Amino acid sequence: MYRMMTLVLTVFAATLAAQQGDAGKGRQTYTKVGCWQCHGREAQGGGYVGPRLAPDPIPYAALEAYLRSPSGDMPPYSKKVLPDADLRDIYAFLKTIPKPAAAKEIPLLNH
Amino acid sequence: MMMAQAQPPAPPQAPATADPMITEKPGADFMVDTIKSLGFEYYSANPGSSLRGIHESMVNYGGAGGQYITCCHEESAVAMAHGYAKIEGKPMCVFVHATVGLMHASMAIYNAYVDRAPVYLIQGNLMDATERRPPLDFVHSAQDIAGMVRGYVKWDDNPMSLQHWAESAVRAYRISMTAPRMPVLVVADMKLQEAPIPPDANLRIPRLTLPHPPQGDAAAVEEAARLLVSAENPVIVLDRSARNQDGVDRLVELAELIQAPVLDQLGRMNFPSRHPLNQWDRARSLLANADVVLGLELLDFWGTVNAFREQLVHTSTPITKPGAKLIHVTASDLFMKGNYQDLHRFREVDVDIAADVDATVPQLIEAIRKLISPERRRVFQDRGARLAAARQQQLEQARTDASYAWDSSPITVARLCAEVWNQIRDEDWSFVSFSKYLSRWPQRLWDFKKHYQFNGGSGGVGIGYNAPASVGAALANRKHGRLTVNIQGDGDLMYAPGVLWTAAHHRIPLLNIMHNNGGYHAEVMQAQMMANRHNRGIAHAPLLTSLADPAIDFSKLAQSLGLHAEGPVSDPKELGPALRRAIAAVKRGEPALVDVVSQGR
Repeated sequence: MYRMMTLVLTVFAATLAAQQGDAGKGRQTYTKVGCWQCHGREAQGGGYVGPRLAPDPIPYAALEAYLRSPSGDMPPYSKKVLPDADLRDIYAFLKTIPKPAAAKEIPLLNH
Repeated sequence: MMMAQAQPPAPPQAPATADPMITEKPGADFMVDTIKSLGFEYYSANPGSSLRGIHESMVNYGGAGGQYITCCHEESAVAMAHGYAKIEGKPMCVFVHATVGLMHASMAIYNAYVDRAPVYLIQGNLMDATERRPPLDFVHSAQDIAGMVRGYVKWDDNPMSLQHWAESAVRAYRISMTAPRMPVLVVADMKLQEAPIPPDANLRIPRLTLPHPPQGDAAAVEEAARLLVSAENPVIVLDRSARNQDGVDRLVELAELIQAPVLDQLGRMNFPSRHPLNQWDRARSLLANADVVLGLELLDFWGTVNAFREQLVHTSTPITKPGAKLIHVTASDLFMKGNYQDLHRFREVDVDIAADVDATVPQLIEAIRKLISPERRRVFQDRGARLAAARQQQLEQARTDASYAWDSSPITVARLCAEVWNQIRDEDWSFVSFSKYLSRWPQRLWDFKKHYQFNGGSGGVGIGYNAPASVGAALANRKHGRLTVNIQGDGDLMYAPGVLWTAAHHRIPLLNIMHNNGGYHAEVMQAQMMANRHNRGIAHAPLLTSLADPAIDFSKLAQSLGLHAEGPVSDPKELGPALRRAIAAVKRGEPALVDVVSQGR
């Protein structure tokens, strides 16, 4: 029970933290710290080197956990390289990215 | 002390014999006759005096056939031959001038060597020190000139007579075209080129007969067939597997026969991109679930069945499950050298067949046919239906993935590839660029069917390959009337952009679309990895990977070299019209270039 409450509180705190980010600053930081290199300028994913991050980013806590200690080849982002406040800004930016038009609505993608 | 008085110089003496100044039968004429017998279509070169004898004979004595292609760099000349060979299935001849030319050419030779592509090099040199013009011929000559590339040519020779030269020239062609196909080099000594043919030389050009490629051992092939037929989850992995359209057709036949998923690593055009059995997007899960893996001429079998994790401590784990049977057919085992490490990690396989894939796949198909029972056929059909449904989902997913950031500027690589496909899909097209730096978007969005529609990569991953190899591929495609398409990296083009002049000068139709992401993007990512690993980040510096200050105006560069060129295009809506105008120029027989400001990958 105690562990469950701790988990809920952690997720709640992480969600709250994510909501406090500044999307404008987050876009700048996303570029500055190099996220775009593998994930694209709009976090659309490179297909080959980095997955799509937005729209609908994974939960903040999961993003933070992976970014601090990635299980794959992604470079680790320590708090020194990317402080929590900057990560919150990036997350806020990711949440602003809209869904694209459906592929079926784009003529070039139907050949 | 008496000083010795200087003696006046002796008066010049008349030569004992007449000073011969003219010969109408230089050795180079016989060399040209020999070259002619090999049937080259094209000869590429950056001209140099160590080959002046052959050069003059090629032009004035003539008869060698083919066209002389003027290049601005030896690396371009060899890389052109590399791209040409993979489209045309035979070597182009490259004349390489002296020590300096071979040093320039060496990177491209290494790429062709690793990529198993035949390239035929004729190398200028002058062995006899008493014949060398001081000082130039000394710095341009070597006692063993082929030594500097011996680690990455299949064979070389330094013939000492014209008859020796003819035999070595024909032998070199034969060796280059025998699997595994690779570059070869024959030295044409200046003295041999320029001295008169001895009246009693009794010269003869040997007849060229190409050897039949080796098939796999019959028992080993039958064992491979038995494993594949009885497997519940077989996987076929392809890399440099198909050499021509027959090869593609046979690989399709093999996969369809057992309804096995195919993972194409894109060393060549091996398998149709939209075929229901083409399952690259599920590679990891299919390999993890496989009970039999058949690799056909893989550059790196170990890397195919193992996952390598690159953090501060490098680790690897097997992808395939314990007990999975691994089969490899490769001609690379028939020819090995020790220094360069393109042999990769040691592969532990269950059936290892040292043979040519093109020659062995028909044998494997026949062995499989004999083993298929009606019950197994039903199993295969069910498997094929499941794979086809999965493939349809993958194709739809690729289109969905491409739709993200559709209107973004810089233009996404997915949008760039979709725009190009929209312009070429009704043409007889040939895409000749390396797809890895394009995140495989062409293979995900386009309908590749024919062997000439894709030309693999560089082999050695030596940057500077793509631009000249594309011109070479376009040269091969020209007589077939194909629309050759090159999506060209900015960093790669800047190695030797003079090859665009070669394309313009020789009217080689080629559509170049610049993937102008403003830097050496692979290295941008590597720098990021190191900066984060060292806990410093990259926020403060681009770490020497940028080509952005000043931004390179590729359209002006191309225009100055004689191409139709447009750009930079940064608005995706302007890309389609720019491509249409460029294709119109290409259809007039010219090379063209559209500079596209693009995202990284």
